[in-house]
Amino acid sequence: MDMQIALILGQDGIVNGAIYGLMALALVLVFSVTRVIFIPQGEFVAFSALSVAALQAGRVPATLWLLLVLAAAALVVELWRWKRGAAVDWASTLAWCVVLPLAACALVLLLRPESQFTQRVAAFAVIVPLGPLLYRLAYRPLADATVLTLLIVSVALHGVLVGLGLLFFGAEGSRTPAFSELRLDLGGVAITGQALVVVAVTAALVVLMFLFFERSIVGKALRATAINRVGARLMGIPTGLSGDLSFALAAAIGAVSGLLIAPITTIYYDTGFLIGLKGFVAAIVGGLASYPLALVGALIVGQLEAFSSFWASAFKEVFVFTLIIPVLWWRSLSSRHVEDEE
Amino acid sequence: MSRWAVPKANSTVAEGEGTPVTAPPLLQLEDFCVSYGPVEAVHHVDLRVDNGEIVTVIGPNGAGKTTLLCAAMGLLPSRGRVLLGGESMTRISVEAMVARGVGLVPEKRELFGEMPVEDNLLLGGFSRWWRGERDQRRRMDEVFAIFPRLAERRAQLASTLSGGERQMLAIGRALMARPRLLMLDEPSLGLAPLIVREVLQVVSSLRQHGVSVLLVEQNARAALQVADRAYVLEMGAIALQGAASELLHDRRIIDTYLGLGARADQAA
Amino acid sequence: MTRRHLTLAFIVALAAVWSFLPDFSVTVLSYIGLYALVAAGLVMLTGVGGMTSFGQAAFVGTGAYATAWICTSPIVASALGGVAPALLPWIGLLFGIVLTFLIAWGLGAITLRLSGHYLPLCTIAWGLSFYFLFGNLEFLGGHTGVAGVPAIVVAGVSFASPRSLGLVIWGVLLLALWALHNLLDSREGRAIRALKGGRVMAESMGVDTGRYRIKVFVLAALLAALSGWLYAHLQRFINPTPFNLNIGIEYLFMAVVGGAGHLWGAVLGAALITLLKEQLQDILPSLLGSSGNFEVIVFGLLMLVVLQRFADGLWPTLARLCNRFLKPAAARAPRHALTLPEAALPPRGQIVLEAKAVTKRFGGLVANDAVSLDVKAGEIHALIGPNGAGKSTFFNMISGVDDPSEGEVRLMDRPMTGQPSRAFAALGLGRTFQHVRLLGQRRVIENVALGAHRRGQRGWIASMLRLDRAEEAALLAQARRQIERCGLGEFTEVPAGSLALGQQRVVEIARALAGQPAVLLLDEPAAGLRHLEKRALAILLGQLRAEGLGILVVEHDMEFVMNLADRITVLEFGAVIARGTPAQVQCDPKVLDAYLGGVDEPADESLAEQTA
Repeated sequence: MDMQIALILGQDGIVNGAIYGLMALALVLVFSVTRVIFIPQGEFVAFSALSVAALQAGRVPATLWLLLVLAAAALVVELWRWKRGAAVDWASTLAWCVVLPLAACALVLLLRPESQFTQRVAAFAVIVPLGPLLYRLAYRPLADATVLTLLIVSVALHGVLVGLGLLFFGAEGSRTPAFSELRLDLGGVAITGQALVVVAVTAALVVLMFLFFERSIVGKALRATAINRVGARLMGIPTGLSGDLSFALAAAIGAVSGLLIAPITTIYYDTGFLIGLKGFVAAIVGGLASYPLALVGALIVGQLEAFSSFWASAFKEVFVFTLIIPVLWWRSLSSRHVEDEE
Repeated sequence: MSRWAVPKANSTVAEGEGTPVTAPPLLQLEDFCVSYGPVEAVHHVDLRVDNGEIVTVIGPNGAGKTTLLCAAMGLLPSRGRVLLGGESMTRISVEAMVARGVGLVPEKRELFGEMPVEDNLLLGGFSRWWRGERDQRRRMDEVFAIFPRLAERRAQLASTLSGGERQMLAIGRALMARPRLLMLDEPSLGLAPLIVREVLQVVSSLRQHGVSVLLVEQNARAALQVADRAYVLEMGAIALQGAASELLHDRRIIDTYLGLGARADQAA
Repeated sequence: MTRRHLTLAFIVALAAVWSFLPDFSVTVLSYIGLYALVAAGLVMLTGVGGMTSFGQAAFVGTGAYATAWICTSPIVASALGGVAPALLPWIGLLFGIVLTFLIAWGLGAITLRLSGHYLPLCTIAWGLSFYFLFGNLEFLGGHTGVAGVPAIVVAGVSFASPRSLGLVIWGVLLLALWALHNLLDSREGRAIRALKGGRVMAESMGVDTGRYRIKVFVLAALLAALSGWLYAHLQRFINPTPFNLNIGIEYLFMAVVGGAGHLWGAVLGAALITLLKEQLQDILPSLLGSSGNFEVIVFGLLMLVVLQRFADGLWPTLARLCNRFLKPAAARAPRHALTLPEAALPPRGQIVLEAKAVTKRFGGLVANDAVSLDVKAGEIHALIGPNGAGKSTFFNMISGVDDPSEGEVRLMDRPMTGQPSRAFAALGLGRTFQHVRLLGQRRVIENVALGAHRRGQRGWIASMLRLDRAEEAALLAQARRQIERCGLGEFTEVPAGSLALGQQRVVEIARALAGQPAVLLLDEPAAGLRHLEKRALAILLGQLRAEGLGILVVEHDMEFVMNLADRITVLEFGAVIARGTPAQVQCDPKVLDAYLGGVDEPADESLAEQTA
């Protein structure tokens, strides 16, 4: 292992680490606000990448139909709840169930995007509303359930989405053209334009999220819901809002991750799970609560994977996942929590 | 009902020529009941807060005071009627109460510990911001004027404040929404007597800011010195009520708190 | 016809038709049996023990690969030299069991410390690790797997065909279900069920929750490994695919859909999922127009529906239907009765529980400040104080749930610093809880018998083999006695959750009494009780005092306390402000101030001026 190889591996590790970092951010966000351990986050990534690939091949991605079906189902559920006398927030319902899905439809079907940029925007528009819709259909009815039950729901939902992924996109993988063919040479090390784009976009997203949560009142309201649910309710912060928003943000992050990763590796219908899990390991390093630690964890996972793939490529998965055990153990020592009563 | 029930003080209608216009009470609970499963924690409570009043509900621990307040705010399910400004509420939910100008400062304060004082206050004004009002900064200055100690600590994290400061922050946060009625759940809990005095002085001055107060307290003496009218809650039902100044010297309160004297057998 | 008869009828029917079933059905039934074995372990682990695991498939793989390696590896063959080939599968079984035991114990010791949601996440992690490990180790054949695994041979009879091995599989499954049923129906079973009710409660009954959790985990792992062994000798070749995470998730689905709290739910769930899978594998590809494994979509949706609607799984619904036609089984009296060891109570007036200058700090907050008090045998000592005075913190100190920052707690004149609450229970401390912690779905007698856990000896193996009946009868008789003593005799066989709150509190007292305590700690026993119930409780406590128990009551209800207690200690802001008889305490101005509150005299006027 010489310096040259180490730097290449390091670069790989950073690029992968950036993607895992985005996953980790989304997971921490959803968990801290809704107590859902969102295992299907990886599916947003895969669906986004495969949707873009479909658009590039001139086909209509089947995720659009999924979006419309879910939107219709969510609308039916809201109407049924309204009939039963529950309080329904029609503004947000219309936004997530009607306006955004129709916009996605328009982008894909009417506009028939040709350029790479518009195709990516269209894929983004299809994936983002999936977040709040899945929240409303799968998780909101169980809002008061234990973290464990919500985890089982996540696993079940993950199964459904992976199966649907196979149905929509088949067993073959896809890859989209690169963002740029740039190849810089810094002191003997080749840095691809691709890597630069990934890191730049990731950094931009992290900064945006930081600004959102630290500067905007809605972001603060979301954080507040994560810190103290009862207190947030007493401030008049609608509980549905936090669920919808956090899932929408997670879907957005997943969509962007998918767009970033599509040119780098071949994406299959089940690639999302492994990416999600590695992002998960990173999130656990942050205790599912701290964003900076999660990002650090992501970098560690990225580097570990890159270097172990060099030395013992068959076992790199084993290393990454076995890493979770000591991390979890270390985490459980530091979180001296009160009894979990079921 | 307890044999100590005192006839209700009549404060709105005046006898005599003509029918004076009476403003409906700001908050009225009629036949209000709250149950935890098979246990009824609050039985058939009738309670009223008029505009500009400070009303206190006192009673020994376990009497159901906190349950009463939480249910009135919509955090717990209840039976019976709740009227705000004379209008009966069909569905009592926290969101609806906040939208109608009722604020609750809960027993546990429920502050956002990891956020600074400023952000806690800002979020107190969220309900108004959500409705389109954008004067949170000005309102925050008003709140800082009431609580100068908080102004000094505006950038400090809420979890680093002392007990008294936290109580003030909790009240200030509730005031950000410009409530007509502020419900306070045991503000003296865990506070040293000097701080209790300070906090209750602020509560007393809220009248001048146009806020009526429903104060639930275990510290009977301090509450009775601040309030206009009082209700004594015992085992989930109203045992005594009347003007605070009269109840302050009523021996029966001590009996209630310290379990002295025989009570009539209740076949409840 | 009772439940037992129905079960026997089912078994006999299955055995009878076995030879006539077509090959395909026999194969499907064999697989159902294998999956049900794993699912039964999950029922114990998740449904009863409350620990969710997605990684059972890894243990199935361990059992399968262990025997496959033993039977096919040339290294093993040369090492074992002259061993008859017919013995190899049995050596494989032994090896698999031992290996699984060691791995499970090790993994359990690390990961079971993690509670709540961290544990299942960890199971996902090692479920994945194992799969990748199996697929990448060359000597295990990598992704192609191992072929040529021999059949099981017993006394010259070869169980090579699915029809013959299927019978063995079902035999093993039924035996396992019988053993698990026995385990759950015993003293150890009660302790295992208590794990779900919260560790504090179980520990205070004397159950070593850490150890029990690992044991249940290992038990589930062993059942999975056994299933793996049978699988390897059924299929005769193995590869890593059936041991990946998705299958692990399916096992959990089987347990949840069937009914995670019921052993037969495992069989129902395994049958449903397997049959559904078969059907879907035929229908879905043609329906959807492409080939692939789409059953998982249906399974996932099924899970979502079940979790939202049938939280307990489908078995309870089925059982309710069957119960309409069935008579309950008559209890059989045991042949010999056992007498449980009884300890004599300490003499009246002797100090049984003592707190010496107990101080507890949480960061900068002093919750208890040098609190000293003692409880003597044959007296009722009440601890009162306004909200936030530190009574709950102190209670945790003297019951062993937490340790003091300074000072000492002595029980029966032994220093107890650093001891867990089960050590307190062993020395004769019984306690109740502020928020009732009973197992609502179990009968009152089962809840009360848990309190007598420390008085029994019989362990897991004895329970599974039904060798504990005499001791069990004695424990249940003891429980019955305590229930009668507390006046709840008519509710003995009723689910504890159906009683009124006041009665549930009394059940907790009966549970504490079943352990034959010398000291009783009661946490707000009168809260939520009606007047007559409080009177009955006061009479009961008076009786217990007369019998020589030392009782400490933490209460808010002043009337209840003043009429009952011999001595009272008053706490405020974490420190003792008054002690004495009820009469003394009621006249103490400090107590009046603490309860009624108030402000300093000079300030009174200024406050009155302001409000004027």
